[in-house]
Amino acid sequence: MSPRTVTTVGALATLALLTAPLFLAPFTVTLLNYIGVYSFVALGLVLLTGTAGMVSFGQASFMGVAAYATAWTTSVMGYSPWLGLLLALVATCTVAAILGAVTLRLGGHFLSLSTIAWGLALYFSFGNIPGLGAHDGISKVPAVSIFGHELVESGQIFYLIWGMLLLAMLLIRNLLDSRVGRALRALRGGNALVESFGVNAMQIRLATFVVAALLTAISGWLYAHLNRFVSPTPFDVTASIIFLMMAMIGGSGYLLGAVVGATLITLLKNYIQDLLPLIAPGASGQLEIVVFATLFIVFLQHARNGIIPFIAQWIPEPVRGRPEQAGPLPRQAKPATGTKLMSIDAINRRFGGLVAVNDVSFDVHAGEILALIGPNGAGKTTMFNMITGALPPSGGRVTFAEKNITGARAFRIADAGVARTFQHAKLRPKMTLLDNVLLGAYGRTKAGFFSGALRLDRAEERRARHEAMKQLDRVGLGDRPYELAGNLPLGNQRLLEIARALAADPILLVLDEPAAGLRRQEKLALADLLRTLRQEGQTILLVEHDMDFVMGLVNRIVVMDFGCKLCEGTPETVRADTRVQEAYLGGVA
Amino acid sequence: MNSQIAAILTIDGIASGAIYVLIAIGFVLIFAVTRIIFVPFGDVTAFTALTLASLEGKQLPGTIGMVAVLAALATLMEIFGLWRADELKRIPRALFFYLVLPLAPAAVIWLTSGTLLPAAARIVLTVAVILPIAPLLNRIVYRPIADSTVLVLLIVSVALHFALSGLGLLFFGPEGVRTESLIDYTAIIAGTPVSGQAMLIVASAIFFSFLLYLFFNYTLYGKALYATSINRTGARLMGIRPQQSGTIAFLVGSLMAAASGILIAPVNTIFYDSGFIIGLKAFVGAIIGGMVSFPVTAIGSAFVGILESFAAFLSSQFKEVIVFSVLIPVLLWRSYTLVHAEEEDDE
Repeated sequence: MSPRTVTTVGALATLALLTAPLFLAPFTVTLLNYIGVYSFVALGLVLLTGTAGMVSFGQASFMGVAAYATAWTTSVMGYSPWLGLLLALVATCTVAAILGAVTLRLGGHFLSLSTIAWGLALYFSFGNIPGLGAHDGISKVPAVSIFGHELVESGQIFYLIWGMLLLAMLLIRNLLDSRVGRALRALRGGNALVESFGVNAMQIRLATFVVAALLTAISGWLYAHLNRFVSPTPFDVTASIIFLMMAMIGGSGYLLGAVVGATLITLLKNYIQDLLPLIAPGASGQLEIVVFATLFIVFLQHARNGIIPFIAQWIPEPVRGRPEQAGPLPRQAKPATGTKLMSIDAINRRFGGLVAVNDVSFDVHAGEILALIGPNGAGKTTMFNMITGALPPSGGRVTFAEKNITGARAFRIADAGVARTFQHAKLRPKMTLLDNVLLGAYGRTKAGFFSGALRLDRAEERRARHEAMKQLDRVGLGDRPYELAGNLPLGNQRLLEIARALAADPILLVLDEPAAGLRRQEKLALADLLRTLRQEGQTILLVEHDMDFVMGLVNRIVVMDFGCKLCEGTPETVRADTRVQEAYLGGVA
Repeated sequence: MNSQIAAILTIDGIASGAIYVLIAIGFVLIFAVTRIIFVPFGDVTAFTALTLASLEGKQLPGTIGMVAVLAALATLMEIFGLWRADELKRIPRALFFYLVLPLAPAAVIWLTSGTLLPAAARIVLTVAVILPIAPLLNRIVYRPIADSTVLVLLIVSVALHFALSGLGLLFFGPEGVRTESLIDYTAIIAGTPVSGQAMLIVASAIFFSFLLYLFFNYTLYGKALYATSINRTGARLMGIRPQQSGTIAFLVGSLMAAASGILIAPVNTIFYDSGFIIGLKAFVGAIIGGMVSFPVTAIGSAFVGILESFAAFLSSQFKEVIVFSVLIPVLLWRSYTLVHAEEEDDE
């Protein structure tokens, strides 16, 4: 398929959708309406599960909160459906924010299981509150009216549903392509990475959770005014798993997957409802869920990626040019060369009875490359983790740029101007090189959820992309910025990590064994790069194993052994020190 | 509420808590060994109660059909796997373990149908026919994706629960059941009546927990299981086969679920879909134990039972809402106390 065919297909599909009510039977239009309504929930799950990696079994109950909110406002209290929409959004948002704040810290399967529990709690509440009609629900929900026109017919509310859906998809697409969206996409795979460039992972998780709930709230609102009747049954855990199935079968990382999945499952459900009474009269209601659950299990066993990725392999990659020229991003004030930048004062760390780091002190001066070396088990990594906020020290003090950062969280230390790389290169393999480096610039940019979704961030985004491209060029990876990071060999992955760290414009660059696993030529190139950076005034602290690499490169060395500082000085003095020789060689020859 | 009522509610709560203890321990055991959160565990409990009730009513329990379908599926999958791996010699062994062994108790029930067996025989047969269900499901559903992330396995578990409860209606029908009391005896302790059934439930919970303790500490299989739950890769390197330990975990877990089903059947009316809620309440107990600690899990489950009993007294309508809402503060507390390793998935 050529790009032109893709555009044509897209245009025809949109046209077909717009004119659908004109030539389709009312029953089919109603089916399309429900597909649109369910697509909102699936869209939220694409964001939540497919993108950020949080599995929720409670989405149907959020939909229920919204549907009941609007049904109560309109049918019981007699206000306008638009006031119902407002109340639905506020109620769902509040419930989601409270539940999210409590359960999102847990992450992983604890989060998912707790969604089942509060999903059930909400479901039982709907059926037991007399003011909400208990198990009978609320009937006579009015239709939505726009400028005095009541949208009673299925062909009328159709435009409201699909118009809102397309708008929501557009906004979410923009969001994912923005600063916050990149951080959100990087959440999957752990907090350690995102926090290292200044992202408050918990905050982003919570915001994503609320955005997904808001999409679900719109769905609940539309459902109430489409169905004109609300009862507890459609909002139980069964419904939630069907929504999850929609999002995953469509292709859980893709916005279009939500619509494809919702369409497929809704049509299938309709078909099964026609078919089952013929096969098993009497038990069809329960057999329906058996069929769905079995299909879902088989799908998860054999084709977990979903439909969209399967189709996407035939669709050509859009041709994207290099990011255009733009002004610079704001830079941090750098201290004058030679002044004290970081001082570590009698820091120590115990793991139970084991003292991993014992009262170690040293300073890092601006403009130098300082290496922290030592044999295996010397406590280098523990030291590194305490400096970067991955591990709180048991005692002592770390001062950076005259601020006390002892025991601060990783993203706070990143905010203060420390950028790091990881011993085992941590990248997001399914994101492009450019996106990976852009993650590093998170702390230097400001756009939030709203400006990202509404595209108010474009000027800043251009500057950020230009900066990221500059750093890619600098480490020598500028020829293919849209390659996926997962395709790089190990040596280039380390360079990409350095480019990402440089995009943060750090005051201090901290590298964890950057030469490990590199070939000789790659090590020489890396050493050259680090020298160039030093010439530009960049302060670098590196933890390293490879003595050859360190000796010809750094200004000063701190040697650790068994958790204590052995000595400190220029490469020459350290090399001559008998204690160091003993530590490394087990004795003086 | 006076102290007399409070005492009755507490005893009632401890009894249902003891049932949750059995299920929760099974949850933790299976999760620790296989990383599978076996949501359909509660369904196994419910099916046990339904099977026992069928035997009491001299009817053929739906379990037979269910086991037959599962055994046939598992055998087909196993034979197909062996055929593809070109290991036809192992087919007789597969037939024995996946077809003959699971169907033997079902066959006994089928042959004796129409006669009312003594209570002890009914219980033994019920447990025997229930035991293969979870290991067979493990073979059919989980083994093909054993290396997936915990989250994928969990989604599969939830889907599986819905498939099972749908099948439950098909095989057992919509009627609720309650079986005969195992003991007709009521003691008066400090002025409060304590039913023999409640005492039996608590005693069984303690007995099975102790049995599990012995199993883990004094048998080779138990130690292998314990090793697997602590370090999967390490256990594998020591020659412990993950598939085998998975099957054993499911078997032992099923025994706990079956025991809880036998015990709950005379006290609660059980429907084909009652298992989900029972399982989730046990799960709240397991979460209190952080999904790792057996003793804390037991205390947590007992707490859930007592809470449920008081909630039912205060507002029977909102009983479930109260129990599941308690999970939220528990989670909050857990999120600050539990140090859990971040699972790094490869996207």
